[in-house]
Amino acid sequence: MAATAASSSSPSLIDTLFQRSLDDVIRVLRSSSSAALEAAAIARALDEIRREIRSPDLDTKAVALQKLTYLASLHHFDMSWAAFHALELLPSTSLPHPRAAYLAASVSFHPSSTDLLPLATHQLRKHLAPSPSNSPALAAPALHLLALASSPDLAGHLAPDLLPILSSQSSSNPLRPKAVATALRALAVCPDTAPVLFKPLVECLSLSSDPRAVSAAIGAFCELALAASDPSPYIPLAPEFYRLLVDSRNNWVTIKVLKIFARLAPLEPRVAARIVDPVCQLLRRSTAKSLVFECIRTVFSSLLDHDAAVRLAVDKTKEFVASDDDPNLRYLGLQALTMLGPAHSWAVEDSREVVIQSLNDTDTSIRREALRLEMGMLSDSNVVDICNMLIKYAIKSDPEFANEILDAVLATCGRNVYELIVDFDWYVSLLGEMVRNPHFAKGDEIERQLVDVGLRVRDARPELIRVARNLLIDPALLGNPFLCRVLSAAAWVSGEYVEFSRNPLELVEALLQPRTNLLPPFVRAVYVQAVFKILAYSFISFIKQIQAGELLEIGNSFIQRGGKQEGSDLVAAKSSSDQNNAFAIGDGVATDDKAILFDSIEKQETFKHESISCLLNLIETVVGPLSECGEVEVQERARNVLGLILIIRETQFWNIEEGHELTRDDKITKMVELMESAFSEELGPVSTNAQKRVSVPEALILNENLSDLLDILGDDDINPCASVSFSFRNHHSTETNQDSATAIEPNSFLAEHRKRHGLYYLHMDKDKSESNDYPCANEPLLPVSHGEDTEDIVKLPAQSLIPEKAKPTKPRPLVIRLDEGDGVSSSNLTTAKESKGDLLSGAIRDVLLRNEKKPSLTHKTSLDRTSQRRENGASENSELISQQKESNSFGDREHGNSSSRKGRHHHKERIESSGQNRDNEEKSHRHSTKSSRHHRRHKHRQRGDAPLDIAPQSPVIQDFLL
Amino acid sequence: MIRFILLQNRQGKTRLAKYYIPLEDSEKHKVEYEVHRLVVNRDPKHTNFVEFRTHKVIYRRYAGLFFSMCVDITDNELAYLECIHLFVEILDHFFSNVCELDLVFNFHKVYLILDEFILAGEIQETSKRD
Repeated sequence: MAATAASSSSPSLIDTLFQRSLDDVIRVLRSSSSAALEAAAIARALDEIRREIRSPDLDTKAVALQKLTYLASLHHFDMSWAAFHALELLPSTSLPHPRAAYLAASVSFHPSSTDLLPLATHQLRKHLAPSPSNSPALAAPALHLLALASSPDLAGHLAPDLLPILSSQSSSNPLRPKAVATALRALAVCPDTAPVLFKPLVECLSLSSDPRAVSAAIGAFCELALAASDPSPYIPLAPEFYRLLVDSRNNWVTIKVLKIFARLAPLEPRVAARIVDPVCQLLRRSTAKSLVFECIRTVFSSLLDHDAAVRLAVDKTKEFVASDDDPNLRYLGLQALTMLGPAHSWAVEDSREVVIQSLNDTDTSIRREALRLEMGMLSDSNVVDICNMLIKYAIKSDPEFANEILDAVLATCGRNVYELIVDFDWYVSLLGEMVRNPHFAKGDEIERQLVDVGLRVRDARPELIRVARNLLIDPALLGNPFLCRVLSAAAWVSGEYVEFSRNPLELVEALLQPRTNLLPPFVRAVYVQAVFKILAYSFISFIKQIQAGELLEIGNSFIQRGGKQEGSDLVAAKSSSDQNNAFAIGDGVATDDKAILFDSIEKQETFKHESISCLLNLIETVVGPLSECGEVEVQERARNVLGLILIIRETQFWNIEEGHELTRDDKITKMVELMESAFSEELGPVSTNAQKRVSVPEALILNENLSDLLDILGDDDINPCASVSFSFRNHHSTETNQDSATAIEPNSFLAEHRKRHGLYYLHMDKDKSESNDYPCANEPLLPVSHGEDTEDIVKLPAQSLIPEKAKPTKPRPLVIRLDEGDGVSSSNLTTAKESKGDLLSGAIRDVLLRNEKKPSLTHKTSLDRTSQRRENGASENSELISQQKESNSFGDREHGNSSSRKGRHHHKERIESSGQNRDNEEKSHRHSTKSSRHHRRHKHRQRGDAPLDIAPQSPVIQDFLL
Repeated sequence: MIRFILLQNRQGKTRLAKYYIPLEDSEKHKVEYEVHRLVVNRDPKHTNFVEFRTHKVIYRRYAGLFFSMCVDITDNELAYLECIHLFVEILDHFFSNVCELDLVFNFHKVYLILDEFILAGEIQETSKRD
């Protein structure tokens, strides 16, 4: 509708003359008092914009675009329709026009949805080209846009245009750091640009560069190394990073370097050995908390083999954790401790009290971190203590956090098929205890684990049925909607493992208690089915008991021959006279169980005739009405139960008090066989991969993908936003009122506000002398008062967190595990990202290997780079190199002020790092000498196009740092 | 890397939003709403870090304005906290005693300053000196 309005009225001179500026629009929006008025004002403004933006006058167009950008970025109005108008303004010679265009483009362009940007390729190239007529004012936004919105194609096309800026030698080119950031994005979008862009990026690291370029470049390498699934291609750059680590005085740079080393150190032990000392020095000396924290993180993640460093880092961490006045530091301290894991729980011991107090902090971030720490410290020796403590603590905690605790405990204990759990009896009763938490809302997970433990751990079943009984028998639990899933699992357990129950009749009573009508139908169905199973079990046991009694009489003579098996054979023989085939199968399965039954009968576990009759009556009265139930599941199962009862009652001798006669009836024995075959087979856990192994029947044709479905369902996904935007509107209206009020009397208002909320304002008298070294993150923050009620929690677990070496009293029972896929769920989430990262690392490895062909293999990049630096004539270099040499026990590095070209031809002795690498290196040596003949000159483009003859050979890691 | 930067007042009105990752409009709306809800009720004595989906938000309150920065989970919290402060000082320097209204009416200038400060999610200026 708006589009037609726009096309019907063409822009006129009037529009140009009386165009409203952005300020006008903002004022109108701010003065509209209600949401409706505001919406109307916006609609009017949009109408105007649609007309004005088509004006041939560029000023009018630019202002319209500016207004549209404002509405789009702060009110989220779609402005993709104006993309072309933005591009129209790019070539204008008046500076504000292209600027407005760039701003609009950076707000609205989207790499996947904007197909117009390639139209601007030429214009972007013009703005990027270094010429005196071109001010950086346009190159900067051009770089920005390129970084934000370029497609792989565009990035590939424009990558060469970044080169002049990237390699500009003027020390204060403000565009260079920006070009570095843009190059990083280009590399991420289009790995093919690596041959062009990577080398200039590496050059930015050199000392002679502008410090801001160094900082940007190290940021870029940090991003690259962190994003790569395999950072090994960056190992050849380690000498450069090391130099920065030692020499840089910029904390920001040091932090980034540490992040890179944290990634590289695990791959290459020599790197780790080299950085330990500098890291420890930083830990000791630095006053910047951000840097100290980064050192701690590096040590805990990558240098755990170095005891002295770990101890030092732990000391620093304790200071962090103990800082009462700064919650940020406490939070980070907890986070650092979490990285340590159960192997280093000694480090947590001293801070135990703080950790437990932190569980009660008012700040959810700190509480969560403390919980994560507790979970990280879990091992099979302390799991019982910590979990008991947490579950007790959860009872007192607020609802949200209580469930977070339960969640964490369930997830950690269930991890990798309950690998931490030794005592399953304890764990099962813990599950039962969790359910009693007043804020409990984790029914689904508990349901899953109750059933899962039952299936997997045979030894836990007796305890499981005890827990299930306690849950089922409590009428108070039935009304809680969060619990119905748990009760459903408990009912299933009670039916499935009824043979471990001490009193099946009690279970039936619990399952049929009046309040069960509060349960949802699907749970009710499980209940009825459980009743069915228990009834069958009780009846079979009853009959078996009688038969056994008879057998005892008949078969006294068999006893000395180990009569049980014989006896059951006899029973089978007796009943097999007119059995059909289907029953015969069940018979074979059931023989073993019979032996067990005989055992149990000997243990005086008896079912009396009256109790069975009583059971039948109870079931009949309660389940009877359910056969009329509207829910098919419930109705069907109720009818099953009633049917069974009917059959039992119809047997000839049922009403005879003396049960012995019962076995005379063939029907009864037949029935027993039938029911046994129905329930005797045990259910096992099912592998998550089971579905995949089922072969697809030939006749079945599956759609290749579900794109048709997407078309149909795609739109529905946006629904959740509706409520969001709705409540957001409310905010708008209340807020504008206040805003207009501030507009009237801003100064007095502000002064008052500053008085009341002084702590949020910048200091009035800023001391200009403050350190410029960024970031010095240790500025004092606000004092913190702790929650008062922490003491009682501290008392709770005197023992937690200490890895008590109490020996498990009994061996861990067998837990059934299926194939490798079992219990592992988060496997292929990251593959898509990784494949892209691999592409990039592959390209980079390629570039680095090519770089290294010219020098004779040893110290590949470092040499290359040092020669570069010599070209630049930086005098510090020789100092640096000699420093590196001093620490180099092999002392193989030749250095001096020889010319760079000469440097390239030095034949260095190769350091023999390890025997197994030798062959590989020999091979690559041959490669390199061969190809270095071809590529003697620096020609990036040619190199990029060269065939990948050496490509992903196994990385030959050398002693770069020694 | 920085995923996005938001400047919001206490009522949840966004004063500046800059995304360094491509997001749909509806998603942006949702993100702004969620971030505001996360930070607005936090006590000044609380940490300046909140978890947000799979990332974390580093925020700081100046007068009635919340400056929130969403960064990767592995990024250095304290460093970005300093970043925010540096950005505020730059704004303060530019507008001489900056207030919310300055940001409202100089919308495009704020963007320009921000673009000088951060490009493509990477900090460009790490020191006030330059």
